[in-house]
Amino acid sequence: MSASNIRAIALSLLAPAIAIVLSILVTTLVIAAVGSSPGEFWSTMFEMPKPRLRVDIVNQTAMIYIAAVAAAIGFRMGLFNIGLEGQYTIASFAAASFAGAAYLGGLANVAASIVVAMAVGAIWSGIAGVLKTTRGVSEVISTIMLNSIAITLVGYFLNTRGVKEGNTVHTTNLEPGSTLGGFSPFEDRDGEIWVLTLLAVVVGIGFWVLLNKTRFGFDLRASGQSESAALASGIDPKRMILISMMLSGAVAGLIWLPALFGGARNYGTSFQAGLGFLGIAVALLGRNRPLGMLFGALLFAFLSVKSNDLTFGTDVSPSIVQITQGVAVLAVVVTYEVVRRWRTRLEQRAVSRELAGAAS
Amino acid sequence: MPSAVDAVQLRGIGKRFPGVIANHDVDVTIRSGTVHALIGENGAGKSTLMKILYGVQRPDDGTITIEGKDVVLKSPTEAIEAGVGMVFQHFMLADNLTVLENMVLGAEKLHGIGDGARAEIRRISERFGFDLDPDVLVERLGVAARQRLEIAKVLYRGARIIILDEPTAVLVPQEVDALFANLRELRAAGNSVLFISHKLDEVLDIADDITVMRRGTTVGTADPATATKRELAELMVGSELPSPETEESTVTDTVQLALHDVTLTDEFGRDLLSDLSLTIRRGEVLGIAGVEGNGQSELVETIMGMRIPSAGRILLGEQDVTHWHTRRLREAGIGYIPEDRHRHGLLLDAPLWENRILGHQTRPPSAKGLWINRKGARQDTERIVEQYDVRAPGIDTPSRALSGGNQQKLIVGREMSGDPVLLIASHPTRGVDVGAQAAIWDHIKRARRAGLAVLLISADLDELIGLSDTIQVILRGRFVGTFEPSTVTPQELGSAMTGGEAA
Repeated sequence: MSASNIRAIALSLLAPAIAIVLSILVTTLVIAAVGSSPGEFWSTMFEMPKPRLRVDIVNQTAMIYIAAVAAAIGFRMGLFNIGLEGQYTIASFAAASFAGAAYLGGLANVAASIVVAMAVGAIWSGIAGVLKTTRGVSEVISTIMLNSIAITLVGYFLNTRGVKEGNTVHTTNLEPGSTLGGFSPFEDRDGEIWVLTLLAVVVGIGFWVLLNKTRFGFDLRASGQSESAALASGIDPKRMILISMMLSGAVAGLIWLPALFGGARNYGTSFQAGLGFLGIAVALLGRNRPLGMLFGALLFAFLSVKSNDLTFGTDVSPSIVQITQGVAVLAVVVTYEVVRRWRTRLEQRAVSRELAGAAS
Repeated sequence: MPSAVDAVQLRGIGKRFPGVIANHDVDVTIRSGTVHALIGENGAGKSTLMKILYGVQRPDDGTITIEGKDVVLKSPTEAIEAGVGMVFQHFMLADNLTVLENMVLGAEKLHGIGDGARAEIRRISERFGFDLDPDVLVERLGVAARQRLEIAKVLYRGARIIILDEPTAVLVPQEVDALFANLRELRAAGNSVLFISHKLDEVLDIADDITVMRRGTTVGTADPATATKRELAELMVGSELPSPETEESTVTDTVQLALHDVTLTDEFGRDLLSDLSLTIRRGEVLGIAGVEGNGQSELVETIMGMRIPSAGRILLGEQDVTHWHTRRLREAGIGYIPEDRHRHGLLLDAPLWENRILGHQTRPPSAKGLWINRKGARQDTERIVEQYDVRAPGIDTPSRALSGGNQQKLIVGREMSGDPVLLIASHPTRGVDVGAQAAIWDHIKRARRAGLAVLLISADLDELIGLSDTIQVILRGRFVGTFEPSTVTPQELGSAMTGGEAA
C-alpha cells in the first residue's frame, strides 16, 4: 500500500515538474530570440531575494492563494468563475468604505468588514448564479460582463463619494485602531507580513475540510465529476450551482483584505488589480488541490515579485515572467491530462493483474 | 453457390490492450456465401475481433486472409476496399438527411449523388427486400428500417462480407424474423455474413456455421444442424446458462407504489407519458416491456423525482410523493439502478468507497449529520464487495478500472443497502457477463422474497418474463397491455410492443 502511495505522489508531482521545466525552456528560448541573455535572466531570477522582497512574496502568496481557492471552489463544481476579478474589486471597495466609515471600533470593525466583503462578493457572484439557474446563462459570459460592471461601478462611486487628495481619489482612511499591520521578520524598513495573510491559512484548511469531510463537499465534487450522476443521486443541481457560485464569490471577497488592513488603509491607487486572474491560473496550476495551489501561489508570487529585480540588473523586461507563468499553466493542463491517461492505464493494468493473480 | 475460396480466414489473431489480453490465438474461417455466427459472452473478445477485421484496430499477431489474399487492414477504408463492411450496434446515420443522402455520404464517387445513386439504391432495396425509399428522411424511419439502411449502405459500397454487431439487440421478435429473411437473400446472392450475437435461438435459426469465443479466444465451432442450445451455452460459459425463472409468488396485499393517471408533458406540450396508472405491492416485481424510447426512461425519472409530472399522483406507501425531489425519495427508501451506469450510477474517477456514498450522502453509514462518515462508508463498501462478489483489488480502486459486471454489482449492492422499500431497476443486467447476470437476478429475487417492491424495466424479454409477477407493455408513453408472465410468449409481447403491427 505504501509503495503504491509513493508512486501515486510521484505521479501527481510529475505533471507540475514537466510543466515547470517546459516553461523554463520556453522562457529561455523567448529571451534568446529577442537577443537578450537568458543566463543573466535566470541568475537574476534565482538569486536569493532581498528581505524586503521576501516579505512581499509572503504577502502576495497569501492573496493569490485566497484567489486560487475561490476559483477552485467553482472548478471543483464544474463552474468557471472568471469573475473573481470583479467580485473582489467590488468587495474590497465595499469593505474599505465600510471600515473607513468606522461604525464600529477596533477589531470589531475589522471583523464586520470581513463579513461585508464576503457578503458583497457572494451577492456579486450570486447574480451570475441566479442567471445560470433561472435563465441558463453561461457563468463564463455573465461573470466576464459583471467584471466590467463592477470595475465601472467602483470607479463611479470612488469619484463621487471618495476622498480627493491631489490627483488621486480613495476611500476614507481606516482609523489607526482598525489597521492591523503585521510583523516584521527582518528590519522595519523591509516591511511587514500582514496579519490577515492568516486568512489564507483559514481559507485553505476550510477548503480542504469542506471538500473532503462534509456532505456538502461530497455533493460539490460529485456535481463536478458527473452532473448526471449527481442528479440521479438526489443532488439538486440548481441549488448546488447557486451555493457554490456564492461561496466562490464570498472567498473572492477576502482576496485583498490582507493588504487593506495591513498597509493600504484605503481603497485607492494602492488597490492591486489582477489577483483574480492570477488566482484562476494558480488554481489550474495546482489542480484545485489545497496543497498544489499553495505551491502554485508561491511560485507565481516569487516570479512576480522577483521580476522587479530585472529592471535594474538586466535588459530583460519584467513582463517576461508573464510568459513563464502562462506557459506553466498551459503546460500543466496538458501534461496533467497526459499523466492522467497514463495513470488510468496503470490502474487498469494493476486491477487486471491483481484479479488474475487472485484467480489462479 | 459457396465457392471453393473461403471469404475470410483469421489465423492466430492476437490483440493486447494495456492490462487486458483482448484476443489471443483466434482462428475463424468464414466460408463464402454463408451466414457465420460468432457467439460468446460480453467481454469474450467478439467486439475486438470485429474491429480487427474491419480495420479499426490492428492485430498484434496473426494473419487475415480475405478471399484468398493476405491483407493488412490499416483503416475501415481499406477494409471496405477489400470487400468487408460493418454495421455497428449504434447506427451511424444523420437523422436530418434522406436515405439517399445518408447512402452517398462519403461514397459520392461510386454512383454520383443523383439519379444514378437513386437507381442503385432501388436496385439494392428490391434485390434484398429492404423496402427503402431513397427520398424519405431518416428521422422518419423506425429502428428496423434504419438497420436495413445501414446494411444497404455497406452493400452500396461494394462489400461482399458483412459484419453485423448484435443486430437483433434493438429489434422486437417480428423484426428479427424480417431481418433474417433479408440475410437469407444476401446469402443467396453469394455474400457472406458474420453475425455477432449471444442469443442462442437466433444463432441456431440463421447460421450456417458457428464459432464460439470465450476469454478472448475461439474455443470451438459447432454445426447448427446438430448443436443444441445447451451445448452452445456450455461452450460459451463453461457451464449451463442460468435462468431467471422465479419461484412461487411472494406478492402481498400492501401497495408500495401507486401511480394514478400520471401525465408528463415536454416543453412543447407534447405528452411523453399519458395517463399512466400502476400499482406495485410489496414482494411484487412489475416488469415494463417496450421498444426503447417509448417512455420508459421518462417513467423512471418521474418516479425518481428527476421530472415532476404535469398531472396525476404518485403514492409511495400511504404518502403522496408527487412533488418530492430525488433526495427525499431516496431517503424514503427507493433504490435506483439506473439505465446508464456510467452516466447516472457512478463517479468513474472516484474510488469505490466514494461511489458507495453516491445517492446515500444523507444516510448512515455514509453520513453523520452534516459530515461524511469515511470510516462507516469504507466498512460498508467492504461489506458490499464481499456480499455481492465485486471483483476489485480494493475499495480505493477507481470505479472506472472495474469491468461492467463488477461496476453493476457494486451499484446493485449499494442500492440494496439501507433496506429499501422499492427498487427501480432499469436494465439491471445490460452489458454484464452471464456470471454477474445470474448474481444480480438472485439478489433481486431474494429481496423480492423479503418484501421488496420492484419496478423492472428491461429490453431482455426473457429477463422480464423470468423475473416479473406482472408485465405491462408501454408504447408511446401509454400502457397498452397487461400480461401474465407465466403464459405470455415473447412473440405476444413483441406484438404489443409494436402496437400490433407485424414488422
